[in-house]
Amino acid sequence: MLSMILVAVEALLGLGASFGAALAVIGAGLGIGKIGSSAMEAIARQPEAAGDIRSNMIVIAALIEGVALFAVIVCVLALFV
Amino acid sequence: MALGYSDQMHHSATETQTKVDPKEIIFEHLGDAYGWELPFAHHRRIPLPVIVYGTDGFHVFSSSRVTDGEQFQDGNATFVIPAEGDYKGKVVEIVDGQQVKPYDISITKNVLALFITIAIVVMCSMSLVKWYKKNGNKAPRGFTGAFESLVVFIYDGVIKATLKQDARRFAPYLLTIFFFIFMMNLLGLIVIFPGGANLTGNIAVTMTLAIMTFLVTNIFGTKHYWKDIFWPDVPMWLKCPLPIMPMIELFGIFTKPAALTIRLFANMMGGHMIVIVLTLLIFIFAGVGGMVVGGATVVVSVAFSIFMLLIDVLVSFIQAYVFTMLSTIFISLAQEHGHEVTE
Repeated sequence: MLSMILVAVEALLGLGASFGAALAVIGAGLGIGKIGSSAMEAIARQPEAAGDIRSNMIVIAALIEGVALFAVIVCVLALFV
Repeated sequence: MALGYSDQMHHSATETQTKVDPKEIIFEHLGDAYGWELPFAHHRRIPLPVIVYGTDGFHVFSSSRVTDGEQFQDGNATFVIPAEGDYKGKVVEIVDGQQVKPYDISITKNVLALFITIAIVVMCSMSLVKWYKKNGNKAPRGFTGAFESLVVFIYDGVIKATLKQDARRFAPYLLTIFFFIFMMNLLGLIVIFPGGANLTGNIAVTMTLAIMTFLVTNIFGTKHYWKDIFWPDVPMWLKCPLPIMPMIELFGIFTKPAALTIRLFANMMGGHMIVIVLTLLIFIFAGVGGMVVGGATVVVSVAFSIFMLLIDVLVSFIQAYVFTMLSTIFISLAQEHGHEVTE
């Protein structure tokens, strides 16, 4: 009985970690997608500003990715620690 | 890299009935070790010195004396690397039958890789300095020219644009940070010596870099900056009986370096882990499905691995750029000189 409970707990850990990582990826995907779309529109409006817009877009995408990776780290910790 | 894994498979296969343990392989590749492994022969290592400060002073010896769980007697102290338990994989001293962890300042693989990175960055920068000393105002060619264009890109694009007057004061620190992180990231992607050590995927390294930025920001912060933190310009009820805003601002001082740490660490470790897992898939599938499934997985997995490694090169540059840019922004925020209040 006890071993069954332990196996169930381990399986739940894996399930929880995967769900957490999936939600984090959805959030990051939506956020970076919005950044990308407004950057594209801005470049279409004013092609001379393409360089400026590109640098800012990359910076903001990296910030969003940083937050998503916070969530991934928590999931990995839940799985292995 | 696959050749290195196959050698390891053979080594572990003879011990564990051809069962691949992905967790252990991943952690071994992402972790630190007391020896630098030979390319394409992962279980043979070039031993590096172990320098520990135990209960009776310093001990320096080659890590080949304690490989494979042997015990090493140096004077009165016995050292061993236990295979399991709390101190798995680290050198401990055996005192009265108990395992005691001494102060460990060995030259491990990561430390040696740090030295190599420092040497490479200093060599590149010195080549640029020597060119200008020798050739006055002529534009450099070749590798020196490429290095200079990168320096100018960061200096003009990030440092001067954000800091304006204080640019020259903080440019040495910020440019050093950029090239150091960029070189560490790139070296982590190369498989054989001198690369192959997972430096920025180690949270101790990124935390130290973030602490450096924290120290530079706060030590050189102007008085107005500190006033804004402890007695900000907000309504009195947010400050006086319960210091709500000062607490929030103080918390903000610590979350910024924490975010820098985690962002760099997770990006680099994630990239490495994905590449390792994709390569391990070949062996896992071969173990489950036989040679045909293994062969099919080889094509897909190698294609994906190459794709991920190329993305990792881009991510190396972007993460170094973002770390530098955020450090610049934090420093510029701390250099605030106050505005005139217009009545």
